[in-house]
Amino acid sequence: MTATTVRVALRDAMAEEMRRDPDVFVIGEEVAEYQGAYKVTEGLLQEFGAKRVVDTPITEHGFAGLAVGAAFQGLKPVVEFMTWNFAMQAIDQILNSAAKTLYMSGGQVKSPMVFRGPNGAASRVGAQHSQCYASWYAHCPGLKVVAPYDAADAKGLLKAAIRDPNPVIFLENELLYGVSFDVPEGEHIVPIGKAAVKKQGTDVTIVAFSICVKYALEAAEKLKAEGISAEVIDLRTLRPLDKQCIIDSVRKTHRLISVEEGWPVAGIGSEIAAIAMEELFDELDAPMVRVTGKDVPLPYAANLEKLALPTTDDVVAAAREICQSRARAA
Amino acid sequence: MSAAATKAAAKSPAKSAALKSVDTAKKSSVTSDLSKEKQIALLRDMLLIRRFEEKAGQLYGMGLIGGFCHLYIGQEAVVTGIQAAAREGDAVITTYRDHAHMLACGMDAKGIMAELTGRIGGFSKGKGGSMHMFSVERQFFGGHGIVGANVPLGTGMAFAQKYKGSDALTMTYFGDGASNQGQVFESFNMASLWQLPVIYIIENNEYAMGTSVKRSHASAELYKLGEPFGIPGVQVNGMDVLAVYEAAKKVIAHVRAGKGPYLMEVKTYRYRGHSMSDPAKYRSKKEVEDYKENRDSINQFRKYLEAAGMANEAAFKKIEDEVKAIVHEAAEFAKESPEPDATELWTDILSQ
Repeated sequence: MTATTVRVALRDAMAEEMRRDPDVFVIGEEVAEYQGAYKVTEGLLQEFGAKRVVDTPITEHGFAGLAVGAAFQGLKPVVEFMTWNFAMQAIDQILNSAAKTLYMSGGQVKSPMVFRGPNGAASRVGAQHSQCYASWYAHCPGLKVVAPYDAADAKGLLKAAIRDPNPVIFLENELLYGVSFDVPEGEHIVPIGKAAVKKQGTDVTIVAFSICVKYALEAAEKLKAEGISAEVIDLRTLRPLDKQCIIDSVRKTHRLISVEEGWPVAGIGSEIAAIAMEELFDELDAPMVRVTGKDVPLPYAANLEKLALPTTDDVVAAAREICQSRARAA
Repeated sequence: MSAAATKAAAKSPAKSAALKSVDTAKKSSVTSDLSKEKQIALLRDMLLIRRFEEKAGQLYGMGLIGGFCHLYIGQEAVVTGIQAAAREGDAVITTYRDHAHMLACGMDAKGIMAELTGRIGGFSKGKGGSMHMFSVERQFFGGHGIVGANVPLGTGMAFAQKYKGSDALTMTYFGDGASNQGQVFESFNMASLWQLPVIYIIENNEYAMGTSVKRSHASAELYKLGEPFGIPGVQVNGMDVLAVYEAAKKVIAHVRAGKGPYLMEVKTYRYRGHSMSDPAKYRSKKEVEDYKENRDSINQFRKYLEAAGMANEAAFKKIEDEVKAIVHEAAEFAKESPEPDATELWTDILSQ
């Protein structure tokens, strides 16, 4: 194991896959000479040259479509969006061209590619730069959607995504780029579609992804001191969702909390609630609770921003609430 | 702008002017060194498109084809002339008025018609429909229903061709309507910046659905749309198949030589409505009749072949019979091929 930042883990994943497969190339704004707006592509231009590390104009719709066309012809583009907010300019190409063409062509035309970049709130950048797109993309057949938390998963899942013959939406988090985690030495691939139990527990299941895994783990520590044993699941992949992991956990704990930064309406938590309703109706000892970002555009003011985003304490409060309700029932 | 693109911009006016000379709107045809056999093949290919589309219109009327169905009748010389100048291995991508492009790429008429009827024998197993058909084998990449979205895709296909060091190129067809989409200009910029082997073909049939070019373009000279990006352009009479072929030959040579993208504006006309549900009330009967009577690409080319002594009535009849047989067989296949099995609902969503 080596302590590695998420940023370097992502870079290593791309570099390793580019060494392995000459059809893999990186394309996006500032990915080459600037070394990445968040330095995720640092050093790639030096190692692989301008042919395979391609700086684009500011033209998301255009370069996303161009990359899909390159994938139609058998290349394996890794498309960096400076942030996922800007990919709304390109969402038609991501869905109508990349996600649907395999089906519309009766299985003939593949789009083996990755769309990646930071997703969700950063810090004090306001509403247009602070949105979580997890549920937007997780809604769509033809895509795989990945949102890792730690560096090992960031590396292993990005390598899997680059090798995947389908379009993969890879949601990173800017605030995690500089955080270090242990990463296994050598070849490390994490399969898409598998959640991870980050902490075992018996009283309540907390399901989270991306930076919210941090809040879930911190909450689990605090709850331990109060005698509540929380199990923490890192979903890692949002499509296809590892339903079985959630089901197995809730059969043990009988209580369920989802945590996400995105808005509550039709969010990932809503999907988990639907799974709870359909698969776990008789297992729940308390109604599931969704901890989400507030249903507002993200404000700039420091105090308001803090109020709008989910926190460790929100998760603790949710766990207390549903665990107490069981105590009352008993 | 990169040095390469600036260079292309500097070169473009001369190239543009040279190729503009092939605009033969006022002549019936241009001279061509194409062999007699190849010229007759052009007539046959145009006639196949027309008869195929007429049959598609009939099947639509009978309720065998659903949804949207956009016919190419009137525009046959465009794709026929251009694809005759292309080489095996060159890629093609277009918008939703795509049946003709598939025929011109050598795709089997049976598979196209069966896709229109939504049957398993269709090129997309019945799951794509009229607007979404593909053949990797024939390097035909759709068939796209979002107007303008195929232009970045075609540009990316050319990016891949250059990346792989191939000398193939990509024909990217779209209409006068699509040419107002922002992503078209985004594509022009990148194609020129990176000198990609892509040919942009604007099939200007004068109407974007019901909106005329006059009402939708601040400048009606669509062949100049690439000029700000250093992409040379040429305007061609799309009712004259030889003019289209000769222009395409020069453009293809330019692009294949690695000199970057080119734009062709091919002036044409569709006789039918935008789709089957369009009565085309935005234009006069007289306008349509004038094209059919005086400018029709197939009739004009027949007259030319006859006058040049390359074909006679007997030869025309032979072609007509051959084409009718192909279309008849395609229609029968499209009726008889079964609907996709219910299990097909769940296949081809993800690649394994």
